[in-house]
Amino acid sequence: MTTLPAATPARKPASGAQQKLLAFASLIALLVFFSVASPNFLQTSNILAILQATSVNGVLAIAATLVIITGGIDLSVGTLMTFCAVMAGVILTNAGMPLPLGIVGAIAVGAICGTISGTLVAKMKIPPFIATLGMMLILKGLSLVISGTKPIYFNDTPGFSQISTGSLIGRIIPSVPVPNGVLILFVLALVIGYVLNRTVLGRYCFALGSNEEAVRLSGVNTDAWKIAIYALAGSICGIAGLIIASRLNSAQPALGLGYELDAIAAVVIGGTSLAGGRGSILGTMIGALIMAVLLNGLRVMSVAQEWQTVVTGGIIIAAVYADMLRRRRAAS
Amino acid sequence: MTQLVRMTGIDKHFPGVHALRSAQFDLMPGEVHALMGENGAGKSTLMKVLSGIYQPDGGTVEVSGQAVSINGPRAAQALGIGIIHQELALMNDLTVAQNIFIGREPRRSFGRLDEHKLNADAQTIFAQMKVHIDPRAEVRSLSVARQQMVEIAKALSFRSRILIMDEPTAALNEAETNELFAIIRGLKAEGVGVVYISHKMDEIRRISDRVTIMRDGAYVGTVHAADTPIGTIISMMVGRDLESVHVEIPDLSAAPVALEVRGLNRGRVIRDVGFSVRQGEILGFAGLMGAGRTEVARAIFGADPRDSGEIIVHGKAATIRSPKDAVDAGIGYLSEDRKHFGLALGLDVRANVGMTSLARFSNAIGVLNEAALEKTARDYIAQLAIRTPSDRQEVRLLSGGNQQKIVIAKWLLRNCDILIFDEPTRGIDVGAKAEIYRLMQALAADGKAIIVISSELPEVLRLSHRIAVMCEGRLTGILPGGPGTSQEEIMRLATLKHSATEEVFA
Repeated sequence: MTTLPAATPARKPASGAQQKLLAFASLIALLVFFSVASPNFLQTSNILAILQATSVNGVLAIAATLVIITGGIDLSVGTLMTFCAVMAGVILTNAGMPLPLGIVGAIAVGAICGTISGTLVAKMKIPPFIATLGMMLILKGLSLVISGTKPIYFNDTPGFSQISTGSLIGRIIPSVPVPNGVLILFVLALVIGYVLNRTVLGRYCFALGSNEEAVRLSGVNTDAWKIAIYALAGSICGIAGLIIASRLNSAQPALGLGYELDAIAAVVIGGTSLAGGRGSILGTMIGALIMAVLLNGLRVMSVAQEWQTVVTGGIIIAAVYADMLRRRRAAS
Repeated sequence: MTQLVRMTGIDKHFPGVHALRSAQFDLMPGEVHALMGENGAGKSTLMKVLSGIYQPDGGTVEVSGQAVSINGPRAAQALGIGIIHQELALMNDLTVAQNIFIGREPRRSFGRLDEHKLNADAQTIFAQMKVHIDPRAEVRSLSVARQQMVEIAKALSFRSRILIMDEPTAALNEAETNELFAIIRGLKAEGVGVVYISHKMDEIRRISDRVTIMRDGAYVGTVHAADTPIGTIISMMVGRDLESVHVEIPDLSAAPVALEVRGLNRGRVIRDVGFSVRQGEILGFAGLMGAGRTEVARAIFGADPRDSGEIIVHGKAATIRSPKDAVDAGIGYLSEDRKHFGLALGLDVRANVGMTSLARFSNAIGVLNEAALEKTARDYIAQLAIRTPSDRQEVRLLSGGNQQKIVIAKWLLRNCDILIFDEPTRGIDVGAKAEIYRLMQALAADGKAIIVISSELPEVLRLSHRIAVMCEGRLTGILPGGPGTSQEEIMRLATLKHSATEEVFA
C-alpha cells in the first residue's frame, strides 16, 4: 500500500474566526472613539449601564444563535420572553406561589413553547421563518389575553427584583457592583458556549446547519435533535423573561415585539452565518455588546434616538457585507 | 464460501418510472464487483436498495446467507453495509473526525463529548488505511480526493464488510485514483466485498474481478473482468434495438455557419473545446455524466465564466459575459432542469411565453399590453401544439412535454436562432418525446441551428446530423450522424481518456 503524504494542516477555522476578530476590533474601535468623544463614556456607572442594557438582548441572542446555527431562524424569541415573564407573574403574583417555583415555571414554559416551535419545524416541515412567525404572534396574543392587557407587578415577591438588579458580585467586591442580570448573561454565555463546542447537542447544531441530509443518512434522529435545540433556545428565552420582568419589577404584556430582530442582528454582527453550520457564542456576545455600546455612545453624545436606529441598521448591513466580501475572497 | 450479498428479483417503481425490473446482484467476500450500465440503467437505485435508502417493491435481499429487510441507513450499517455516495455526504463545517463519527460520538456523562477519543479513533482508522489525514482538519479545507478518503474511513468505522462506491473517481485525477485503488486492494485483502459503480472502462479492468451489467433497470449479465473484451461489455450495456426511425441528413455544405466555438477552456471541466454548427443543423453532444457537455453549454451561454475561448456568431466574434449577452446574440439555452431554470411554474402559459420579451409588450411607462401577449401566446400554443386548456393555465399543471414546448416558445419569441437543448426529454414520457423530436427537426428545417445534449444514445442518434462526443472535458471526436454510426463507436469515444481529438468528419 502506498503511504500518502501528510494532509495539509487544517486551515484556520475558516469563517467565524476572522469575522469575530473584525467584530472585536470594531468593538474596541467604538470604545476608543466614544471615550475620546465623551468624557462621561468610560465612567463605571456608564459601563455598567451598557452591560445592563446588553443583558436582555444578549440572552435572547444566545437563544437565537443556537437556532440559526442549525440553519433555522427563531422570530418568536421576543414575544416568548414576554410570555414567560407573564407566566412568572401568574405563578408568583396571581397564584401567590414561592419565588423558586416562578423561576422554574418561566423557564419550563419557555422550553415547552420551544418544543412546539421545534415540532412545527422538524415534524410538520413548516419552514422555520413561518413556524416561528406564527408562534411570535400567538405568544404575543396569549400574553395579552392572560394578563388582561395589564402589567402584572411583582410587589408581593420582594426577592424577584433581585434576579436582575441585585448584585452578588457587589456583595463580595463592593467597588464593582455588577448587576445580577449581567452576571446571568455571562454565566449563560459560558454554559451555552460549552454546550455548543463540547456536547452532542452542540455538535448536531453545527452538523444540521452544515448538511442535514448527510446527518440523517448517518442514522441520526435529526427531528428529535432539532426539537431539543429549539426547546433549549426556548428555555433561554424564559431566562430573558425573568431578567426583564425583574428589572421592570413587572411583566409588561405589550413588550417583546422587535426584540427578535435586535437579537438576530447581534448574532449576525457576531459572524454567525444565517445559512447555518457556522457561528459562536463569543461572536454573538461581541455582536450584542457592539449594539449596546453604539446606542449608549450615541446617547452620551446626545445624538437623537431616531438617528441611533438609523445607525444600527447601517451597522448590520456593513457587518454582513464585510462577511460576504471576505467569504467571496476565500472562495476565489 | 457463502456470498456476502445476494439480491434477487428486486423491483422498484417510482412515479412514472419502473426503475428496477427483477434486478439481481451478488457479492463475494474479498471481491471487487463492478456494476455497469448507461445513465439511468438502475445501478445507483439498486445500491440504494442495498443500503436501506430505498425500500424495494419486491424481491429478496440476503446478507451472508440470511434473508434481511433493510429499512433504513441505520439497519444497513448494523449489517455491515457502507455506501459512499456519488455526491459526497459530508458536513463541511465539521472536522474530519467529527464527520466520521457523526451519530456515534464517544460520550462522557451529561452528553459531553470525548473529543480526545474521537480524534484518536479516527487516527486509528486512517492508520489502518495507511493514509495521513489530520482528524482535526475541517472537511472544507480538504481536496475532493481526501474528502473521499474521509467517506471511506466513515464507512469502515462501521466495520463494514460490504462497501458500495458510487462513481468514486468522478472527481479524482490519475494520482488520486491510484491512491484510492491502493486502499481498495487493501480492503479486498481483508475480505471486504466492494461494489464499484463506474463509467470508466479502463478502471473497471484495473480494479474489478467481476462485472455485472444492467440495462433499463434489468439484469443483463455478469462476466469476468479480466477475460472479457471491452467491446462485449459495451454491447451488453447498449444492447437495445435502435428505434427504426433514421435521421435524414440534409446537405448543409452551402448553409452559413451560425455558431463557431474555438479553444474553449474552463479549469479542469472544459479543455480546449472547438466546434461549429451551421444554420439548419442539429449537432448532438454525447458523453457520459460529468463529461463536460452541460459545462460547455453554460460557458457558451455566459452562465459560467470561461478561462479562454472565442465564440463566433454568424461570422462575427461575440462578447458573451452573461446570459443576457448570449440572448442578445440570439442564443437560447434550454436547461436540463426546466422546473428550476426554465419556467416560472406558478405563473400561467401567457406570462411564461412572454417572460424574456416583456419589453416588446409594454409601453413607455411599462404597462403591459395583455391583448398582444394573449395573441402571441395563443399563436405559439397553436404552432407548437401545446396542450393546455387556455393561455391562462398555470404551467405547473401541464405535462413535462408541454412545459418543454413553452420553454421553446419563450426562446423563439425572443428571436433566438441558435438553440441549445440540454437533456430535452428528461422526465418526458415516450409519446411526448417523439413530438419534441419532430418539433426540433422542424425548427432545424426552418433554419435554426440546434445543439442537443443528451445522455440517451438513441436520442442522440435519432436527432443528430453530426455527433460530438466528449470525455473528461475534452472533445474526443465528431462523428457523422445517421445509420453509419453505431452506439459502440460513440461509447468508445466517450470513454477515451487523454486522447487527441479524432476528426472523423469535419
